[in-house]
Amino acid sequence: MSKIGTDRVKRGMAEMQKGGVIMDVVNAEQAKIAEEAGAVAVMALERVPSDIRAAGGVARMADPTIVEEVMNAVSIPVMAKARIGHIVEARVLESMGVDYIDESEVLTPADEVYHLNKRDYTVPFVCGCRHLGEAARRIGEGSSMLRTKGEPGTGNIVEAVRHMREVNGQVRKLVNMNEDEVMTYAKDLGAPYEVLLEIKENGRLPVVNFAAGGIATPADAALMMQLGADGVFVGSGIFKSDNPANFARAIVEATTHYEDYELIAKVSKGIGTAMKGLEISTIAPEERMQDRGW
Amino acid sequence: MVKIGVLGLQGAIREHIRSVEAAGAEGIIIKYKEQLSDIDGLIIPGGESTTMRRLIDKYDFLDALADFGKHGKPIFGTCAGLILLANNIVGQDYAHLSLMDMKVERNAFGRQRESFEAEIDLKGVADNFEAVFIRAPYVVEVGPEVEVLATYQDKIVAAKQGHYLCSAFHPELTDDHRLTEYFVKMVEK
Repeated sequence: MSKIGTDRVKRGMAEMQKGGVIMDVVNAEQAKIAEEAGAVAVMALERVPSDIRAAGGVARMADPTIVEEVMNAVSIPVMAKARIGHIVEARVLESMGVDYIDESEVLTPADEVYHLNKRDYTVPFVCGCRHLGEAARRIGEGSSMLRTKGEPGTGNIVEAVRHMREVNGQVRKLVNMNEDEVMTYAKDLGAPYEVLLEIKENGRLPVVNFAAGGIATPADAALMMQLGADGVFVGSGIFKSDNPANFARAIVEATTHYEDYELIAKVSKGIGTAMKGLEISTIAPEERMQDRGW
Repeated sequence: MVKIGVLGLQGAIREHIRSVEAAGAEGIIIKYKEQLSDIDGLIIPGGESTTMRRLIDKYDFLDALADFGKHGKPIFGTCAGLILLANNIVGQDYAHLSLMDMKVERNAFGRQRESFEAEIDLKGVADNFEAVFIRAPYVVEVGPEVEVLATYQDKIVAAKQGHYLCSAFHPELTDDHRLTEYFVKMVEK
């Protein structure tokens, strides 16, 4: 008897992505560049986050034609984004055979109160988090993989750094806590108690946690790996740079050898100009994507 | 205690190290080809085979890995590692390490939605083994020197050829370390 859609199968898929780079792509041609550069997966979407930010309006799931085109173009896994709480977008992507769904704050939320009940699906989900409370809630809902929210489409690493340090700092605090104190910590974080107990027992999150939201250079990717990321998502950073193929290859290498500074120097040489980037304080609070979802 | 390396370019590296240690050997992450001389056996983990191949090429690892095997050192490939060991890959006009005489097909069990876990029997290794298959390949054909260790739905999912061992599933994702223990014994010999 075989079982599909188990936690082991869904979380295991993310384990296989570790140490790798997942790249945002908007068509088959970009997907092939990403695969050729050594991406472990691609995220198929209609626009990269910096273009979503520039375009304004409502951002939705990509046209299934784009997702299908990308799935046909590459043999590596294909992920796609659904709006927070949009049950039907998620089911549509699942029916198409997408390998992972990102319930993403990059898109305009469909539900401001409820995230998806991800346990209901055979396909695994990745969700963003800024701190352990958010991470534990998403795990409680059945997310099989986490990523920092960062601030998407900015090319500014500061928010991803903040979120990675926050989550890992809180995990350390939890692990060193007396068990008597865990329920109060769960109350303070708004986190499911059982999830916190599991983290405390194992000394780490039960799912992998990638960095996302602002990675623009090989050094950014290596920084996030040093801070404890299991891998990285690069959204606008590749296809909004001067030379996407160069950037993609260099970011892959810097992620693998994140402690080899001579190598990072070498791969960063002459790869062209990174995406322009945005200072966070210039973004109006209501336009900050990281505050979407809870 | 024997030293077993886990190719550390990408994929489920930490889990294999944990499994190797549970099987009573020392686990070492191999990121540079120079490290191969320090170890007695090597595990090529699951991950994305295209990504691993690109990094193998980039760091000139391919010949060093093939030589490691040709000098009689045992290699165990899981999932992507199985693809890298094969000498024939369906739909591709090239192979990678070409150390095992078998034809394999990538993602042959389907996409993530079709990924599954099932109990299988591994001949001479373990019965009722919980195997986790993730976008898994299988072996389509084997040469005369390859011994089939397990099948699932008539597809070959584990095999051995001399000092090479491979599985289409991920023994590192469960707490059942019997297949890793079997590999550690191969290395001890």
